[in-house]
Amino acid sequence: MTKSELMAELAAANPHLTARDVELIVATVFDEITGALARGERVELRGFGAFTVKRRSARTGRNPRTGETVPVEEKAVPFFKAGKELRERVNKGKAAR
Amino acid sequence: MNTVTRAHLAEMIYMQVGLSRNESADLLETVLERISFALQQGESVKISGFGTFSVRQKGRRIGRNPKTGEEVPILPRRVLVFRPSHVLKARANGQMPSDMDRLDEDDPDEDFAFGGDPGDDHGLKPARSVKRARG
Repeated sequence: MTKSELMAELAAANPHLTARDVELIVATVFDEITGALARGERVELRGFGAFTVKRRSARTGRNPRTGETVPVEEKAVPFFKAGKELRERVNKGKAAR
Repeated sequence: MNTVTRAHLAEMIYMQVGLSRNESADLLETVLERISFALQQGESVKISGFGTFSVRQKGRRIGRNPKTGEEVPILPRRVLVFRPSHVLKARANGQMPSDMDRLDEDDPDEDFAFGGDPGDDHGLKPARSVKRARG
C-alpha cells in the first residue's frame, strides 16, 4: 500500500469528505509525527506503536569497497517499535492464510 | 520528554481540516487501522517522504533464557520493520523541510540499492553504515 492508496481507501470510506480533506488528513498525521521526531519528542500510539529517535554515537566506519576508514559523525535515527496489538496481528496474519 | 499521542494528532486534524473533534479522532483511527490491516495481510506500506513499514519473515532459531541459560526454540514468526525515508532521517537530525527540496521525491527503499536483499534475516544491517561511509 502506498500513501495514495491509503488516501483512496479513506476517501471511499468517507464519501462526504473532499479529496483535499483526505489529503490534508493523511499529510497532517505524518507531518505531525515527523515534526515531533524533529523536536526530539516521541510519538506513542497505543496498539499501533511508538516512534522515537535513537542517538547513534560517532564511530569509525569503513568503506566496504575500498577498505578505507571513514569517520562517521554522531547522528539521530528515527525508530519505530510496533505496539503489542499490531505485532500480534502481523504475526497472526500468516496463520490465517 | 514530551510524548505526542492520538489526542494530539486528532487535535491537529481537527484544526487543519475543520471537522468535528469526534470525526477527527475517528479518521485518525481509520488511518491507523488501514495501515495495520495492510500489514496484517503481509503487505508493505510505503508512505513517501516518511518511510516504509514492511513485514519480514523470521526463521526458527535457538534462543536462550538469559536468566536460566536454558535453550529455548524461537519459532518462525513475522515481524514488522520500519525504514525511515531520507526526509525523516534528515528531520530527526535537525534539518528543516526547506533544506530538503532535493529529497522530496525520495524513495524510502533506495537504501537497499547496496547491501543486498531487504528480506535478509541474518542480523546484518545492510546499507545504513555503508551509505554514510560512501558519502
